[in-house]
Amino acid sequence: MISVRVRYFAGHRDIVGQAEQQMALEPGATVGDLWGLLVERHPRLAGYSGRLLFAVNQEFASPATTLHDGDEVAFIPPVSGGV
Amino acid sequence: MSDFRPFEITDRPLDPAPLVAYVQTPGDGAVVTFAGVARNHFGGRPTAFLSYEAYAEMAGPVLAQIAEEARARWPIGRVAVHHRVGRLAIGETAVLVVVAAPHRHEAFAAAAYVMDRIKEIAPIWKQEHWADGEAEWRE
Repeated sequence: MISVRVRYFAGHRDIVGQAEQQMALEPGATVGDLWGLLVERHPRLAGYSGRLLFAVNQEFASPATTLHDGDEVAFIPPVSGGV
Repeated sequence: MSDFRPFEITDRPLDPAPLVAYVQTPGDGAVVTFAGVARNHFGGRPTAFLSYEAYAEMAGPVLAQIAEEARARWPIGRVAVHHRVGRLAIGETAVLVVVAAPHRHEAFAAAAYVMDRIKEIAPIWKQEHWADGEAEWRE
């Protein structure tokens, strides 16, 4: 198994109830696999599928990006900087 | 001034002066400053105050990346962007985008582009705190 740090922001954090957590995944798991797992645990996240951005180690990534032990993964709900 | 960074997420009030001083060079005849200011309504509903949250470790580099995108499109000089996080009262500045260029057209276009891209990809979120006490993420 590999361990990754998952970061939650804004509406995601409200749904999940925490700002970050460590998660254990099968080797070879992708960002999309992890999102699927989270949606199973927190069904209210499903509304974000298809309209969120992904980051691994603070750089934009895609659902196909493979995760590695120690990675930091962020699921980025639709952003709203500015006013 | 020694701790000035052109791309910054901060919980302190924003001041345009250091950004203008940073971007201005002798070759640039135009400096455009855009300030996004917390307003007291959204979609006709009264707002009491705003709060902002950012993925700060990533947002700073994304702001720098957006400036590079603008530089690839227009002949511009330096760019500086500061974005506030935390609670903002109505009338406080949430974001400053400052762009220098030899001529005004490029400076205006690049400043508008940078602001548009911030709203598309910068990992920053606004929470509207309505006057009736409810709160809502804009996402």
